[in-house]
Amino acid sequence: MRKLMIDSLFQAPLTEPAPAPDPAAMAELAGLVDRAARQRLGRSLAIRHVDVGSCNGCELELHALGNPLYDLERFGLRFVASPRHADVLVVTGPLTRNMAEALERTWRATPDPKWVVAIGDCAADGGVFAGGYACVGGVSPTVPVDLHIRGCPPDPTRLLAGLLALIEASAQKG
Amino acid sequence: MTALVDRIPLSQKVSGHRPWWRALVGEVLWHDVVVGLAEGRLTLVSLWGEPRTVHMAVLDDANSDIGILSLDCPERRYPSVGRLHPPAIRLERAIRDLFGLEPVGLPDQRPWLDHGRWPERHPLGGGGPQSHVEPYRFLPAEGEGLHQIPVGPIHAGIIEPGHFRFSVNGEVLVRLEERLGFVHKGIEGLMAEADLETAARLAGRASGDSTVAYALAFARAVEAAAGIEAPRRAVCLRALMAELERVANHLGDIGAICNDAAFAFLLAHFSVLRESVLRASNACFGHRMMMDRVVPGGVSVDLDGPGEARLAALVDAMRPQFARLVDIYDSTASLKERTVSTGILKPELARQFGAGGYVGRASGRPNDARVVPGYPPYDGIRFEVPVLHSGDVNARIWVRIREVGESLALIEKLLAALPQGPVRVPIAIGGRGEGGALVESFRGDVFVWVRLGADGRVVRCHLRDPSWFQWPLLEAAVEGNIVADFPLCNKSFNCSYSGHDG
Repeated sequence: MRKLMIDSLFQAPLTEPAPAPDPAAMAELAGLVDRAARQRLGRSLAIRHVDVGSCNGCELELHALGNPLYDLERFGLRFVASPRHADVLVVTGPLTRNMAEALERTWRATPDPKWVVAIGDCAADGGVFAGGYACVGGVSPTVPVDLHIRGCPPDPTRLLAGLLALIEASAQKG
Repeated sequence: MTALVDRIPLSQKVSGHRPWWRALVGEVLWHDVVVGLAEGRLTLVSLWGEPRTVHMAVLDDANSDIGILSLDCPERRYPSVGRLHPPAIRLERAIRDLFGLEPVGLPDQRPWLDHGRWPERHPLGGGGPQSHVEPYRFLPAEGEGLHQIPVGPIHAGIIEPGHFRFSVNGEVLVRLEERLGFVHKGIEGLMAEADLETAARLAGRASGDSTVAYALAFARAVEAAAGIEAPRRAVCLRALMAELERVANHLGDIGAICNDAAFAFLLAHFSVLRESVLRASNACFGHRMMMDRVVPGGVSVDLDGPGEARLAALVDAMRPQFARLVDIYDSTASLKERTVSTGILKPELARQFGAGGYVGRASGRPNDARVVPGYPPYDGIRFEVPVLHSGDVNARIWVRIREVGESLALIEKLLAALPQGPVRVPIAIGGRGEGGALVESFRGDVFVWVRLGADGRVVRCHLRDPSWFQWPLLEAAVEGNIVADFPLCNKSFNCSYSGHDG
């Protein structure tokens, strides 16, 4: 282990340059974040993930954001364990009826100001799971969605570009 | 002992069912088979419903024969399998929720997938209005000093939802009871009447981490029903994708288990290796997880020359880096102290439940669907299926470690002998057909059964995730462990919520 750590010291970091914030996401977010929110949050956002029926593909890519190549935390974005510590809920899945109450309660437990990011095609409109007895089909309008990041699943670069747009919006406006 | 297959009269066998037989049986033979399961001569492969029929797939351990028994139940009742064979209990609760078929004698009357939130009861069995829903009653755990820790459905991380009810005495887990079904999406309902392309996309999203394995199982079941075979090159490309998926998931799992013992260093390094597999998959097949690449009739994308070189380079680069990390895992006493002798799953239980994947193979059950029943191209390639016997977290890690090595070797062998030719054949439409397939995902055996209509659409499709027989064993494996070791045990099982809930 010591050898690997010493080797790592002399290597260039694995972390890759950040993607540009997604312009489409910027447009969706325009006018959303007010001065008060910006002052309170600065450039740092705490994220709570809620899976409301995902196939777990989106979860794998959210996990990948934490690996050394994408290194989400360098942007002040970090995943937290409780909605009460969160500024942002990232929601995956087509919203199964069995998870609807849990999502609403999580949203209510998240303090204001807060944002909801719907991740993946399922969270947008139910995706391939739309139309059955078991899914509501999309996160909105059960909770208000501020930003959609589409894809099945969206890859980490796309996720990062969307989340960076959220930070930019909170830092520019006001 | 007469083999099961010899006891089925030819006249009861359904024609046009491949590759295994399906037979319409009466209650007497049904009961005999249930006794065979309870006595350990047979292994339950799956149990599923239709509005007036219940089906049971079993594996005869003596000759590795798989057969499907179908029992008509016009009164919407049938003799419970779970009454004598506990691995069937949750499947029967699910059948009751979805189809309204009553398993007579089932000891557990509680619903499983139906949480009282759907617009109707028995959504696949003709429906009916939702009635008053009783609060879910967890099994009691009584004694001095016991307390309960309810966890979920939403967990404190990037994890799927499910509820765990821990009964604890001080630090020690006395009982864990799972309550699942939160991510039930109604996939089998959506599959009915779907065209093949839509159905294949649904199958590939039953459990996203196993998308290649599910798409392959669905494709093989459809091909069996239609009586066709995928071209030889497609068969090899499918296996390449399946082994890449296995390697990527095992790398992620090994790192994540170490992280649950607070050893983040290995998570970081294993996640870099995992990322290299995903990027190579994306470069070669156009999707990081290779979703929708395996389709009925073959594959939707061919591998070009640079792609072959990229995969060969991936294997070459991976081997020394992986070996170095494994060496760190195995020589770090503080980490091994957490994984060795933690969360022991007894071999008897693994056998009784027919546990597949690393859960079964770390507890002495050697089954691997690539070998039994086996399917091409694995029948023509030599590879080892590692089997360990200690049944602890460490054994489940080591099965994964050795499977990564085997999969890397398989990728090399497949690349070295990649046949030329077409990668897809059309599925002829016309004539009803039924087919089944068992495919080894990284987690264990995925079972798919499909009935095609004359219009080429799916009439009924059943998907059974390996987690159905692994989740109940997690409850047993954690008993007597401390609460702080639960995440380690849980991650070492890494059951799928989505695959199980359907």
